[in-house]
Amino acid sequence: MLTKASRTTFLVPLRDGVLAGLVALVLAFPIVGLPTSETAHGLVLRPRIPEAIAFAVAVFLGRFALGVAEAGKPRPILLIALLVAIAAPFASAAPEFGAALAIGGLFVALRSALLAFPGVAGRISGGIRVPPVAIKRAPLVLLLLLVVLPLTPVIDRRLLDIAVLVLTYVMLGWGLNITVGLAGLLDLGYVAFFAIGAYAYALLSLTAGLSFWGALPIAGLCAAAAGLIVGGPILRLRGDYFAIVTLGFGEIVRLVAINWSSLTGGSQGIAQIPRISFFGLADFTATPDPGRRAFHELFGISFDPAHRQIFIFYVILALALAVNAFIARSRKLPLGRAWEALREDEIAAQSLGLNLQRIRLSAYAIAAAWGGFAGAFFAVRQGFISPESFSFLESAVILAIVVLGGVGSQLGVVLAAIVMIGVPELVRQLAEYRMLAFGVAMVAIMVWRPSGLISRREPSIRLGDAT
Amino acid sequence: MSGDKLLSVEHLTMQFGGLKAVNDVSFAASASAITAIIGPNGAGKTTVFNCLTGFYHPTHGRIALKSQHGTIELQNLRKHQVSARAKVARTFQNIRLFAGMTVLENLIVAQHNRLQRASLFSFAGLFGLPAYRKAEKDAVERARFWLDRVGLTSWADAQAGSLPYGQQRKLEIIRALCTEPVLLCLDEPAAGLNGSETAELARFLRELRDEHGLAILLIEHDMGMVMGISDHIVVLDYGRKIADAAPAVIKEDPAVIRAYLGEPEAA
Repeated sequence: MLTKASRTTFLVPLRDGVLAGLVALVLAFPIVGLPTSETAHGLVLRPRIPEAIAFAVAVFLGRFALGVAEAGKPRPILLIALLVAIAAPFASAAPEFGAALAIGGLFVALRSALLAFPGVAGRISGGIRVPPVAIKRAPLVLLLLLVVLPLTPVIDRRLLDIAVLVLTYVMLGWGLNITVGLAGLLDLGYVAFFAIGAYAYALLSLTAGLSFWGALPIAGLCAAAAGLIVGGPILRLRGDYFAIVTLGFGEIVRLVAINWSSLTGGSQGIAQIPRISFFGLADFTATPDPGRRAFHELFGISFDPAHRQIFIFYVILALALAVNAFIARSRKLPLGRAWEALREDEIAAQSLGLNLQRIRLSAYAIAAAWGGFAGAFFAVRQGFISPESFSFLESAVILAIVVLGGVGSQLGVVLAAIVMIGVPELVRQLAEYRMLAFGVAMVAIMVWRPSGLISRREPSIRLGDAT
Repeated sequence: MSGDKLLSVEHLTMQFGGLKAVNDVSFAASASAITAIIGPNGAGKTTVFNCLTGFYHPTHGRIALKSQHGTIELQNLRKHQVSARAKVARTFQNIRLFAGMTVLENLIVAQHNRLQRASLFSFAGLFGLPAYRKAEKDAVERARFWLDRVGLTSWADAQAGSLPYGQQRKLEIIRALCTEPVLLCLDEPAAGLNGSETAELARFLRELRDEHGLAILLIEHDMGMVMGISDHIVVLDYGRKIADAAPAVIKEDPAVIRAYLGEPEAA
């Protein structure tokens, strides 16, 4: 006979475990159990039924163990889970399965550890309180690090490349933060402005022969103009409807880029986009074109291909900082406060004389302009653009950076960009698990920090300030 | 009550489908006076407010407001223009603050149009020119003035949404005042306040009328307060005006008593 205690300790988890195992079996059967592989005779199905069942059993065990841990026996479960996690990679014949088992074991171990030692759990789930001083100092430290970064010997070309990529996303995240964070408009098509900026630079430089520095403002203006034209009619829409239209706009821009082949080169994209110059004074080449000077000649140093890369890094750093400075400044201006007021309560804001349409349009167009600048930078850095770079996924990634970082938080965007862009680039081996990590990060944020990594809002003005 | 009516509402009608929420209502409000609009629930009081403040566009009728630049017809204005051009401010039945912003920020946002002009539509502000800095300082001083008046100064840097209910009501009223209105429309300002808070509110409204010459239009269910501070009461029932007189007269008006208490039993 089972006692009541052992019923709740084992039977309930057992039932949950069986249910979870069944769900896993249904999911694993087609995904794991029926892979196809390319052979000389075409696509062939190579069933892996035992593996699929093994996955389901693993899920059953994991859920069961979690249930038992939650029901009051966390310590033995912690021990077993740790052993499984450590043993799995060695014991299993299939490496993927071993890795999955290890991750699952670690997760169960972590959960039961939190249950076994509630004091620690309380301290962690009570919010990892970032001390205000740290938040205040962090940007400065980060900035100093970034400025000296390319000059330190630890940095190699690959790392510098990743840093440039991360900074591009930081800039885009900050730009989007104007619409999403400050004005409270959910823009799902921000990449459209990025694309417009990129194509504007590519076409201007190739057809009109404009340099990057000459084309940059025009690229921003083009994106802002697109923002004004699109924003005018759609800013009448509320919340969800607005989001859907921006989603559509993002796709339209991409489709135009694909189909207007005579201008954009279609899906082939545009190649041979002129490289960046040193403020128009010198080029980053070993052998400059006739009539031009090379960067290393200008400074009397020996040629190094890294020079261009380092310069590119400083350019994106400066652009990103410009966005940041703009946001910091405009938050303290009537316009910035009006953006936030409309986000908080548009009816009250209008009753106070705020012109909803015009103020929202300004936020949308200004964010678009920054997106255009980032696009022009992207084009000059890559030297090649194609519609593939401007898919909806890009909008989603930028939005995810903003949401993960904490809507409206500048530093949060930086952290999120490092986590979402930098880390996956650093550990390329695990590129396959990128989407998995994405999902895990999203769920973790939703559970533990629903308003983003950093959700503190600094008042734009204090009563003491003005005196 | 001389001929200097600040606001005159003439034959106002607001129709939603087959329902006439406001039916041919006319009344007037003067500067330096408190005009109350009362009536049972669903009488159309808030609808009148929404017509006045541009949230609804009336089916018929004219809403004329006297200003230095001649008469402004409110029914033609859009929501934000009512405050920006006609200097009519309002509060809401269910308080509408910018909850995530601080108390002071709420009051600064209310001065948006003046500050936006001073910042030359952000260009001067972006570079922190002195003219803008002065305008911002003035805005803070105006905010401080009203904060001091209602005793909210110590809350200035707190999040508006974190204030106790009574303080939120006060904040919403002084936020409306920061727009420097000539006509202030209050939609049930005493709702949810306790006795002493209501008394304090009544005193404050009287001061606004007497010291600032403000015209106040008031929707309120607290009859003690309405009878105590109003110069003039308009009674609505089922969208129609059933009485329009001084408080003492309204108290005795049989039509008003019938609207509130129902038909007397046959005696």
